[in-house]
Amino acid sequence: MHSQVSERLLSEADDLELAADDAAGSRLSRDQRAELWLVALVVGVVLILVAIAVFVTASGWPSFAHNGLRWFGSGGNVDNQIQAMIKSGQYGQHPVYTFRAWPLIWSTILTTAGAVVISLFISVFISIFLVEFAPQPIARVLEPVVRVLASVPSVIYGLVGVVVLIPLIGNHLITASEKQAVTPVLQLNGASLLAAVVILSLMISPIMISIFSEGMRAVPRSWFEASLSLGVNRWRSFWNVAVRSARPALIAGTVLATARAVGESVMLAMVSGTVGFSPNPFDGLLFFFEPSRGLAPTILLNNDELSNNAVAPMLFAIATVLLFSSLMFSLSGWAARQPMKRYFNYGGASA
Amino acid sequence: MSITSATPTRRPTASAWRLRDRLGLALAWFLGLLFCAICAALIIYLTIQGINYLHPAMLFENPKIGYNQSESGGFLAPLVGSLICAAIAMLVAIPAGIGVAVWLSEYARPRALARLAESTVEMLAGTPTVVLALFGLVVFRSQVLAFLSQSAGGVVLGKSFFSAGLMLSLLGLPFVVTSTREGLTAIPNHVREASYALGKTKIATIRRVLLPAVRPSVIAGSSIGTGHVIGDTAIIVMLLGNTYTLQGAGGLPLLSTLRGTGLTLTSYVYDNAPTGALNHPQQAYAAAAIMILLVLVLNLVVDVFARKARAQRWN
Repeated sequence: MHSQVSERLLSEADDLELAADDAAGSRLSRDQRAELWLVALVVGVVLILVAIAVFVTASGWPSFAHNGLRWFGSGGNVDNQIQAMIKSGQYGQHPVYTFRAWPLIWSTILTTAGAVVISLFISVFISIFLVEFAPQPIARVLEPVVRVLASVPSVIYGLVGVVVLIPLIGNHLITASEKQAVTPVLQLNGASLLAAVVILSLMISPIMISIFSEGMRAVPRSWFEASLSLGVNRWRSFWNVAVRSARPALIAGTVLATARAVGESVMLAMVSGTVGFSPNPFDGLLFFFEPSRGLAPTILLNNDELSNNAVAPMLFAIATVLLFSSLMFSLSGWAARQPMKRYFNYGGASA
Repeated sequence: MSITSATPTRRPTASAWRLRDRLGLALAWFLGLLFCAICAALIIYLTIQGINYLHPAMLFENPKIGYNQSESGGFLAPLVGSLICAAIAMLVAIPAGIGVAVWLSEYARPRALARLAESTVEMLAGTPTVVLALFGLVVFRSQVLAFLSQSAGGVVLGKSFFSAGLMLSLLGLPFVVTSTREGLTAIPNHVREASYALGKTKIATIRRVLLPAVRPSVIAGSSIGTGHVIGDTAIIVMLLGNTYTLQGAGGLPLLSTLRGTGLTLTSYVYDNAPTGALNHPQQAYAAAAIMILLVLVLNLVVDVFARKARAQRWN
C-alpha cells in the first residue's frame, strides 16, 4: 500500500496541470474550480429531490383542491369513483375528481403496521441470536443470507406469494361456507391481508436485521463484559446492555423498514388483492382473509390511465401522500441514528 | 502457585437462569433457526423451480406471443433490457455518487448544505419507486426532453430506456454515496497530510490518493446499487413501456433501442405471474431463477470487495 501511495504522490501530472493553469491566468485555481463543481453537483442532487416534491404535488393538486380534506375520508366505493373518473376522461367530459381514499389508506396502514410489528419482534430476537448466541458456522451462513434476502427483487417475493401462499390460504384456510357468506360483496380467493402481511414481513425483516445487528455490534464489548463480570447472566447482560444501547439503531431500522413497506407497490399489487375494499376488524377471523388494495399498488395498477386527464391528478395525489410519508420516515430514521454516530464507531449504512 | 493450579469453576449454564431469561434465549434460538429454515426453503424452492423450467435455449430467444408456455419463447429481450437499464443507471449514479460522497467527507462546507445533502441522500433512498416513476413521466413528457423518447403526433410519450435508466440512477445513487463515504472516513488524516506535505493540492490528493484507495468501497456500493436497480419493477412497468420485446425508435442502431421502449426481467416476471397479463408461471419462474443468480453474483462481488476495503491497513 505504502509504495503505491508514494508513487502516486510523486507523479508529476498534477503539478504540470497546475503550471498550465497559472500560464492560462485563470481567475480561480484548479482546486477552487473542483470544489465549485462538487458543490454544484450536490446542489443538483438536492434540487432533484425538491423537484420531485414540487412536480408530484403540483400534478396532484387538482384532486386535493376538489376534494379538500375529505380526500382522506371514507364514503362511497373507491373503485366506482375511479371508474367514473376514467369514463369522464375518455369521453372528454368535464373531469370528475370525486375521490375518497380511505379504503386505500386503511389497507396501507393495516399491511404496513402488521408487517412492521411482526418483523420488529422477530428481528430483535434474530439479531440477538446472530450477534451473540449463534454458533460460528450458523452465524457465518446466516449473515450473507440476510443480505441476499434484502436484495431479492420484490417481484420475486410477489411471485412466491401468488404461486405458493395464495393457493394455500385460498384452498385450505378459508372454508367454503365463509366464501359463500361474502359472495355478493367479495370474492375470497386467498389474495388477502394475511398473505400481504406475511410476505411483507419476510421482505422487510432482512432490512431490520441488518441495521439492528450492525447497531448491536457497534456497542463496545467491554460494556457487555462489565455486566457479565458482575455475575449477570449472558442473556440479561446482552438484553440490558447491548440491546438497550443500540436503541437508536432499533428505531432507525424500524423507521426505514416502515418507509420501505409504505412504498412497496409491486409485491402488494400481486398479493393483497385488487379490490378497493376496507377490511373490517369486526368480521372476526374473516378479517385476515379479506382482500384490499393499498395506495402504492393503486398507482401501479392504474398506470395505463396516466394520460387520462381526470385520473392522473388522483394518481399524483396518492403519490404525494406516499412521498411525504416516506420522506418523514426517512428523515426521522436519519435523525434517530445521529446519537449512535456520536458515541460509537458506527457507520450506519442504509440497507 | 496455588492460583494457577486452581481449577476454574464452571460457568453457570442456562438451566440455572431465571425463567424469563431462559424463555428469551429459547425464543432467540427458535426464531433464528426458523428464519434459517424459511430462507433455505425459499432458496431451494426457487432453485428447483428454476432448474425445472429453465432451458439454455431460452437465454437466446426473444419472447413471442403464444397461447401456451412452450410457444412463448425465451427471454433474451428482457435480459438485454435489464442490462441496458442497469448500465445507464450506474453510468450516471457512480460518478455522481462518488462526487457527492467526496464532497460530503472532504469538503462539507457550508455546514448547512452538508446536513441538507446528507438527509437528501437518506430521503432519496426511502422514496418509493412508484413516485420516482410518476416524476419521471412528468419530466420526460416535456417537449424539451422529446429527443430522449418517442413522440406521436406532437405528444411526447416519455417512455424509453433513457427515461427509465435515468430514474433508476436516483435509486442507485444513495448506495454508492453511503459506501464511498464510509471508505473515505476510514482513511486516516495522516495520509492526506502526507500528500499535502509533498505539495499536492486538495483535489490532486483526492484524485491520486483517496479515490484509488476507496476503489473497493466504490465497487461494493455500486454492486449493491446495481442489485436494487435490476430488481426494481415499478419504474420499468411505468417508464419503459413494458412492451413484449425491445422496440426501437428512429434509424440509428444503438440510439434507437435506447430511445425505444422495452422490458426487463422484473417486468417479464410481473407479466408472466398468474396475476399478470400473460400468465405463464413457468416462464416467470425461469426468469426469476436468472434474477436470483444475478443477485447472488452481485452479492458475492459486494462480499469480496467489502472484505478488501476492510483489509486495508494504514499504519
